[in-house]
Amino acid sequence: MTMTGHNFMKLSFAARSENEGFARVAVAAFVSQLDPTMEQLDEIKTVVSEAVTNAIIHGYDSHPEGVVTLEASIDGDLFALSVKDEGRGIEDLELARQPLYTSRPELERSGMGFTIMENFMDEFEAQSEPAGGTRLTMKKRIESKKALYN
Amino acid sequence: MSLQVELEQHRNVLIVRLRGELDHHTADVVRFKMEDAILRGRCDHVVLSLKELNFMDSSGLGVILGRYKLVKSRGGKMVVCDAQASVKRLFELSGLFKILSLYESERSALAGLEVVS
Repeated sequence: MTMTGHNFMKLSFAARSENEGFARVAVAAFVSQLDPTMEQLDEIKTVVSEAVTNAIIHGYDSHPEGVVTLEASIDGDLFALSVKDEGRGIEDLELARQPLYTSRPELERSGMGFTIMENFMDEFEAQSEPAGGTRLTMKKRIESKKALYN
Repeated sequence: MSLQVELEQHRNVLIVRLRGELDHHTADVVRFKMEDAILRGRCDHVVLSLKELNFMDSSGLGVILGRYKLVKSRGGKMVVCDAQASVKRLFELSGLFKILSLYESERSALAGLEVVS
């Protein structure tokens, strides 16, 4: 059985909606070294999509000159992800975490982004300051399928 | 494009087949195409056929909920069929199955709607 040591990656990209798909694929490719199940991979792609979309829409108000920074790391079977923007920040984090709450109902947001991230990951943390940007940090344990066979 | 929208009219039902990935980037295409077909067409009901929808996030839930409200305001029904496990899970998590019925196939969805029409 091969043990996976520490590994990390960091990506910065323009806050353009075209990059949501890119971010999902990049993180999915990185985490695939832990041999996740299809379900785990779907969960991780979904949370990346939620976090990056939040940065673009809420952090930068869809202004493409904003920069989204995504960091991912692997320590043993622990996958960690952080998505950061330097945008407007979230005034009331408690309110933002309520299921179905959205600050932008005119954009047809479902208000489910935070709920999905909290449900699909083992740990979820949001840090934000008005005008100082937002950082979402999440962790998920991926028990390797290889470990089950050995 | 990473999402394709195929529309087919079947009597008074609009069948919407989504292929690929539905996220914030591709949600506008779905919104415009469905809105146009619902407002211009003669359809009462909508079947969302999701067999080949490989990815969806909460932006997808938002655009589907928006079209559901439109169809309902015109007195019609909207149902979902053939959703993949990951898509189904998001519908469950968001409670959308409380307002949208899920069918196994387009055929059973159409059969279900014809009872109400």
